[in-house]
Amino acid sequence: MSNLGDHVTKIRSKNAGPFWVTIDIFCGSTETYAWCCGILDTNAVAALYQTPAKDVLRFDIAALNVIKFSFPRPTIQGALQDRDMHGAAWATLLETLEVERS
Amino acid sequence: MTRVLVPAGALGLGFDQDALDRGVAMKPDIIAIDGGSTDSGPAYLGRGVSKYSTASTKAEWAKLIDAQQKAQCPLVIGTAGTCGANSTVDWLFEITCEILAERNATAKIVRLYSQQPADRIITALDNGTLTPLAGAPHIDATVIGACSNIVALAGAEQIQAALAVHPDIIIAGRTTDTAIISALPLLNGDNAGAAWHGAKIAECGALCSTHPMSGVVMVDFDATGFTIEPLSAGAICTPETVSAHMLYENTDPFCLYEPGGYLDVTGAQYIQHTDTAVRVEGSVWTRTDPYTVKLEGARCAGFQTVSIATLRDRRYVENSTAWCADIISRLRHDIAQRTKLNDGEYHIELRQIGRDSTLGALETDHTTPAEVGIMGIITTQTQAQSTEIAKMLNPYLLHHPLTPDEPMPTFAFPFSPPEMERGPIYEFCLNHIMAIQDPMSCFEMVVTHV
Repeated sequence: MSNLGDHVTKIRSKNAGPFWVTIDIFCGSTETYAWCCGILDTNAVAALYQTPAKDVLRFDIAALNVIKFSFPRPTIQGALQDRDMHGAAWATLLETLEVERS
Repeated sequence: MTRVLVPAGALGLGFDQDALDRGVAMKPDIIAIDGGSTDSGPAYLGRGVSKYSTASTKAEWAKLIDAQQKAQCPLVIGTAGTCGANSTVDWLFEITCEILAERNATAKIVRLYSQQPADRIITALDNGTLTPLAGAPHIDATVIGACSNIVALAGAEQIQAALAVHPDIIIAGRTTDTAIISALPLLNGDNAGAAWHGAKIAECGALCSTHPMSGVVMVDFDATGFTIEPLSAGAICTPETVSAHMLYENTDPFCLYEPGGYLDVTGAQYIQHTDTAVRVEGSVWTRTDPYTVKLEGARCAGFQTVSIATLRDRRYVENSTAWCADIISRLRHDIAQRTKLNDGEYHIELRQIGRDSTLGALETDHTTPAEVGIMGIITTQTQAQSTEIAKMLNPYLLHHPLTPDEPMPTFAFPFSPPEMERGPIYEFCLNHIMAIQDPMSCFEMVVTHV
């Protein structure tokens, strides 16, 4: 087993305004992009972020070898329970996701 | 054709002075820079203050005013002072006056105000001209009335109204990041899709290049598209760095809503134009009716006091979650016995730094750290009450044992006193658009010769 972050160029997360977060997976090559598209199940990503799958927008962007997920922030930015003002640390959950690549 | 010089993604982030000089020599038609965003949280809008220091802002703004005087073109800043409230527009205006006085220079300055009176927003709610966006919190007249500041995001039309008086400097309140860049190309009749798309690509300065921190980019807009080029030595724009910027802080990388319409870049073609510049054509702007502006508002959510202690003893680190839960339960009991506060009138949390303070319940790494920082966060409706509870927490953070029959432990406090008063805290409470008849109907301009 390895982590998704070991296979791709970069994974970043950031607020898309105070009410949404967006996560970009830069796969780095067409091969890795095709592999990521295959193994990354939207429902599993939603579960990782404990968010309803119906709220998760997914963009598979072949021209950039990027997979993008956007969903409403679990807490509004800066609200009492918010722990990450810029939403930048959520990327680590996908980076450390255990994957198998033959 | 319109040539727009963008010195950096935001005033306060710094820029490459050599690249800026190069840009000025290329005779731009306008210099445009963003001054803020919601990205650092609700406190700036709530308080109506800038995130960056006055001294740093003045130092960078002075260099841009010098560039404006050399280039003899307008200099525009959007979302002045982080939040774009009236108070931060006036703060930057004061700084501008100081800079001009120090240089014995003169300028015609437009201040564009974006702040909204609560009554106007309550009326819009009653009239049905307010529409919630996805994820918007519930609002009513009480919520709107409780906002300390409400701003509307100005679009290209409001910047164009300011440009119409032929100013040297425009200090705008809240605007969209793109409007300050798209306004002049649109006014000049350049391709509308290109004007908005190029503006979105350039709004973070050189983030769309191979040297993201270098700041300065030049965008040339024309009848069919735009060409973007970073001006720092060694910096390059490629079709990939440029198109990838549509991902940044955008929910949808192909569609961008702006006042008065939306941009669709699905059909955009990105071509390497020179060694360092990229040419983009094929983006489409669609007008929408009625004309809408997005609103932002922040209200006070109480007063907070924070205390920090650190656990280094192995056994306490291993059992920190149970230790915290026990303290919370005892503290709740103390509050019920010793104060008049009801359960709903206070919020207490012991956040464990080193364990899950960043991700909370989402954390997947459950290995035991060397130490755990315990951040006690107390929120009530007054500062005095929050500090009073933080002081009730203090003995537990100092000495609370895991079991009753062990010698009294003592934990590390980094500060004396450990209680830190954070003052009022704020929350964003508007994510709505408001339909308006005339784009200038809820914005105000003040023209001053300094």
